[in-house]
Amino acid sequence: MSILIIAELVIAELVTEEKSIKAATRSAITAAKAIGAEIDVLVIGEDVNAVAQQATNIQGVTRVLVADNSVYAKPLAENFAPLVHSIAKNYSHIIVAATSFGKNLLPRVAALLDVDMVSEVTRIIDASTYVRPLYAGGLNATVQNNEIIKLLTIRPTAFDATQDANQAAPIATIAAVTDDKHLSRFVSEHIRHNERPQLSTARVVISGGRSLGSAEKFQEVLTPLANKLNAAIGATRAAVDAGFAPNDSQVGQTGTVVAPDIYIAIGVSGAAQHIAGIKDSRMIVAINHDPDAPIFQWADYGLVADLFETTAAITAAL
Amino acid sequence: MKVLVGIKRVVDFNIRVRAKTDGSGADIASVKMSINPFDENAVEEAVRLKEAGVATEIVVVTTGAANAQDVLRHALALGADRAILVDTAEPLNSLATAKVLREIVKREAPQLILMGKQAIDDDAAEIGQMLAAFLNIGQGTFASSLKVNDGKITVVREIDGGQETVELNLPAVVTADLRLNEPRYLKLPNLMMAKKKPLETIALADLDVAATSKVTTINVAEPAARAPGKKLNNVQELIDVLRTHAKVV
Ligand SMILES: Cc1cc2nc3c(=O)[nH]c(=O)nc-3n(C[C@H](O)[C@H](O)[C@H](O)COP(=O)(O)OP(=O)(O)OC[C@H]3O[C@@H](n4cnc5c(N)ncnc54)[C@H](O)[C@@H]3O)c2cc1C
Repeated sequence: MSILIIAELVIAELVTEEKSIKAATRSAITAAKAIGAEIDVLVIGEDVNAVAQQATNIQGVTRVLVADNSVYAKPLAENFAPLVHSIAKNYSHIIVAATSFGKNLLPRVAALLDVDMVSEVTRIIDASTYVRPLYAGGLNATVQNNEIIKLLTIRPTAFDATQDANQAAPIATIAAVTDDKHLSRFVSEHIRHNERPQLSTARVVISGGRSLGSAEKFQEVLTPLANKLNAAIGATRAAVDAGFAPNDSQVGQTGTVVAPDIYIAIGVSGAAQHIAGIKDSRMIVAINHDPDAPIFQWADYGLVADLFETTAAITAAL
Repeated sequence: MKVLVGIKRVVDFNIRVRAKTDGSGADIASVKMSINPFDENAVEEAVRLKEAGVATEIVVVTTGAANAQDVLRHALALGADRAILVDTAEPLNSLATAKVLREIVKREAPQLILMGKQAIDDDAAEIGQMLAAFLNIGQGTFASSLKVNDGKITVVREIDGGQETVELNLPAVVTADLRLNEPRYLKLPNLMMAKKKPLETIALADLDVAATSKVTTINVAEPAARAPGKKLNNVQELIDVLRTHAKVV
């Protein structure tokens, strides 16, 4: 048995464009350790030697494979999938975190290998048995994967990130294999870089709903509290659709899944699709003026009150 | 340009689904079923492309038993021209479904294949990417906007932390995010008209795709409930909770 982890890279430093291994990839490594086998980490990109070096230090990594080529400058699945496919037969498992990167890429690899796969794994029972959510987390399915090569995406919030250790795994270079038909071309990207902690990894998340009323109010009410708690700001789909918050701040079944130490839901009704993204938070705090709001069924601490007055009061007090 | 739209019949998003008592699956025997919301966005986008004169014909396809005809009729009422039901008593996993769609693409030769980015029952988000790989064509997943231009399609994708824009050669597969559009309301006369539109049934066996999968579900259960919470009496109690637990000093 031998496991391949596909690493996801992020820009760690804006000015120098220095890259680093995304925390979600470290969660995938933790999931791989639960299976128990040699772990190779595949780093794909352009000018990725430094980041490959970083990967060698992650505890438990056996080997780092590097595919460094200008065609990999942007993570197009049409280019990445043939590369992963070219080395897949060496592995019993191929794992990537269930981020937008991993979810875009791995099913394409699965079809090239003609195997079914398992997405959004939240628990590893053994090498071929895993738990994954169904129906927005309303149910858990235990699934058995008898494919020769087992492809999984793992939900990063369900596995701690593996830290670095005093080790330096060997690096091997692998040849680029790409989409020779040029099926797709990267045009542009808009990534929000802000000073705030990232939604997916923040220790504290504050989310607002439609009841904030406007984009201005959303900022005005939530930002000062978020600053005091060094929190990321999330939103419900209703708030995003109303234009109060950017798309990527949506938390839930179809947005980001979070599992912070503390999740503070402000004027959020608690629809099942929103709960799907927060229910693994260590603690949930809810402020809502409707005592019957479903969010209170999930909250460890709930206050029935007006959100504007309450948020202002706690911001002033903290 | 012909557009093929893949759709799925799923439990309505308002329903809370329970596990069967024997743990063999979700208990969906008598619950309300609907078109998967993301697939409705995909159909809506195809209809808009037709209204804009970009698409000439819209074919919708689903897999399932005879009762899956209702979501096909729904799509026809939204404005699709024809429907195909690939008839199978066995539910299909992603890989088999992608193979079914590959066979339909071979027959229909569409320039654009649309579907939802995920189905709200298994939330897998796999089929569009698998189909694109089978056909060796480009994929624009999690699309919040698209534009067809001169044999190519430009797709804005919702990704972690922002958006990415890619350009794909046609034919291509695009999977819809909810933000792609706001589906129109169905009008009764359109539902009546949809009954007259062609709906073809193809047996799964005729497509030479096996329904079996090496990934099987061995148990379905409801997750452990969260411990009951505490209702606070006033703001001061909330401040105390946050001071104790949340304040980063
Ligand atoms: C396929 C699908 C996927 C979806 N995915 C997601 C998802 O990923 N994430 C998501 O969030 N939603 C998702 N939704 C939408 C979800 O069903 C709900 O519509 C949405 O979460 C509601 O957002 P909300 O709580 O802001 O608004 P509402 O449901 O309108 O709730 C507003 C709440 O604010 C309270 N309130 C109003 N004024 C005040 C005040 N002054 N003080 C205190 N409380 C106040 C009200 O009591 C109410 O509970 C999805 C829906 C579908 C169909």
